[in-house]
Amino acid sequence: MSKAIIELKNIKRNFKVGDEIVHALRGVSFTIHEGEFVTIMGTSGSGKSTLLNLLGCLDTPTSGEYFLDGVSVRTMGKNERARLRNHKIGFVFQSYNLLAKTTAVENVELPLMYNARISAAERKEHAINALIAVGLGDRLMHKSNQMSGGQMQRVAIARALVNDPAVILADEATGNLDTRTSFEILVLFQKLHAEGRTIIFVTHNPEIAQYSSRNIVLRDGQIKEDKVNENILSAAEALAALPVPIED
Amino acid sequence: MNGTNLFKIALRALSNNKMRAFLTMLGIIIGVASVITMLAIGQGSKKSIQAQIAEMGSNMIMIHPGADMRGGVRQDPSAMQTLKLEDFYNIRDEGKYISAVSPSVNSSGQLIYGANNAPSTIYGVSQDYLTIRQLSVEDGEMFTDQDIQTSAKVCIVGKTVVDNLFPNGGDPIGKVIRFNSIPFRIIGVLKSKGYNSMGMDQDDVILAPYTTIMKRILAVTYLQGINCSAITEDMTDQAIEDITSILRRNHKLKEDATDDFTIRSQQELSSMMNSTTDLMTILLACIAGISLVVGGIGIMNIMYVSVTERTREIGLRMSVGARSIDILSQFLIEAILISVTGGIIGVIIGVGASFIVKYVAHWPIFIQSWSVMLSFVVCTVTGIFFGWYPAKKAAALDPIEAIRYE
Repeated sequence: MSKAIIELKNIKRNFKVGDEIVHALRGVSFTIHEGEFVTIMGTSGSGKSTLLNLLGCLDTPTSGEYFLDGVSVRTMGKNERARLRNHKIGFVFQSYNLLAKTTAVENVELPLMYNARISAAERKEHAINALIAVGLGDRLMHKSNQMSGGQMQRVAIARALVNDPAVILADEATGNLDTRTSFEILVLFQKLHAEGRTIIFVTHNPEIAQYSSRNIVLRDGQIKEDKVNENILSAAEALAALPVPIED
Repeated sequence: MNGTNLFKIALRALSNNKMRAFLTMLGIIIGVASVITMLAIGQGSKKSIQAQIAEMGSNMIMIHPGADMRGGVRQDPSAMQTLKLEDFYNIRDEGKYISAVSPSVNSSGQLIYGANNAPSTIYGVSQDYLTIRQLSVEDGEMFTDQDIQTSAKVCIVGKTVVDNLFPNGGDPIGKVIRFNSIPFRIIGVLKSKGYNSMGMDQDDVILAPYTTIMKRILAVTYLQGINCSAITEDMTDQAIEDITSILRRNHKLKEDATDDFTIRSQQELSSMMNSTTDLMTILLACIAGISLVVGGIGIMNIMYVSVTERTREIGLRMSVGARSIDILSQFLIEAILISVTGGIIGVIIGVGASFIVKYVAHWPIFIQSWSVMLSFVVCTVTGIFFGWYPAKKAAALDPIEAIRYE
């Protein structure tokens, strides 16, 4: 068995909304090992966003234990969590969240800018390598406003890769893209998975679960289903099977 | 996190958004420039009003013999002989707060030139008299020390005298006129000053060396008065005290004796000057205050809006590992760069605009270093504060909230 990257033990998260207490997570436990491609699914209100925020160290649980790469996150302060995010986590957001009017390289360099141990030369090298890895080696100096949605999401993925994170967290990463581009992004995620990266992909789209190695379904703050996918579909084949778009 | 990286982050954020940076800077530039220009115009007006009042002789001091009692009878000052040339010399040489001093002796009589004659008064003075009364010689020249030593029979005449004696025109310079029966050669004509506030014709005047008047016309050894100018209007009181002590010493007055002279200054003028100055100062403070408030609010708004619209960016930066302090430092560096650069440009434009006002509109301007400092400091500090404050608020947000901010 490979090493456990994420260990959740009976995680609960309550929010106070006015006088009421909302139980967003009611005791969630699971372990994700290195090299897994996990989709976390659920309808809105199921607690998946809360779970993602906890996994991404953006939030801390009300109770329960969370170990990321062997480190306990629950007791950490804000600044320690920021450091942890910087070193161990790569985020991919639904709306890309690139810096406006900024080149691909500078966008990808961003996480490393907050890591003082990496020199300017290393930073640039890492960023270029990450962009090559997502297939944007020829668009290094394109600015974010000169790129298509698919390209922007690739830049975002490169940014998530650049710090060589323990886990990549994708939040509806294909949610803003058309079918073809969504599959292109899925192909990329599968490629990263094949390279041994750990990926957690939060989505409400059940189709995507077919392309991951494991699927966790949340409902009302609890795990409803946690199933290893024996029959992983190839996104590349699905992409090839799509009707060719009409060029005009 | 090291400073170099933060600096680089801030510079990148600025250079990738030149338009936003420029617009933000524009707020500061306009703020600083308008305050400097308004104050320059205000200060210039204040100065020019002060100069106009000063030209009326607000710093003038007049010394007359007087306050002398003989057997209970107060004497006519002009008949008194207490002021001597010695007093004049001592005031001239020892007076500390005095920029000009001239003796004054005068005599009224009839002026005659050819077939024309007119009554007038001849004043025996020294060259300083021109400074004291803000007179200037338009044609010809003033008499010299030589003329004073030799009691030369030369004179400078006013416009009215010229009009009276030379009704058909013709250059009066070099002509010899007679005062009573004594001939005087005209060597200069005074620039016209018109009527004073009392309705007296200030151009109906003849100036001659005081020695000439004393020896050749009046045949006296005393002076009817001494006129002085204090260096500035503020120093008038000190100058009066100083002159008093010189004269009391010269006149060997005992401690308890009253002065045998009177000293008068233009108190009405000087109080008018003070109240005008005070009014202008209040006006300037209002202009500066309003300009600063308007400029400051402009800067505040633009900085606040520009940082608030970057809340998502802040959320993103935090999610990739920026700490609150990193975010704050970045925005603080950006705000300082924008505000200081904008402030410097504002100073240049403000000074430039002031000079344009001076040379194009011909308004008096006066740029004081404190007004430049004040506007620069207030605007930059406002800029930095309102760049920092919303960033502080944003950095305190949860990254989740910040990144979802709409």
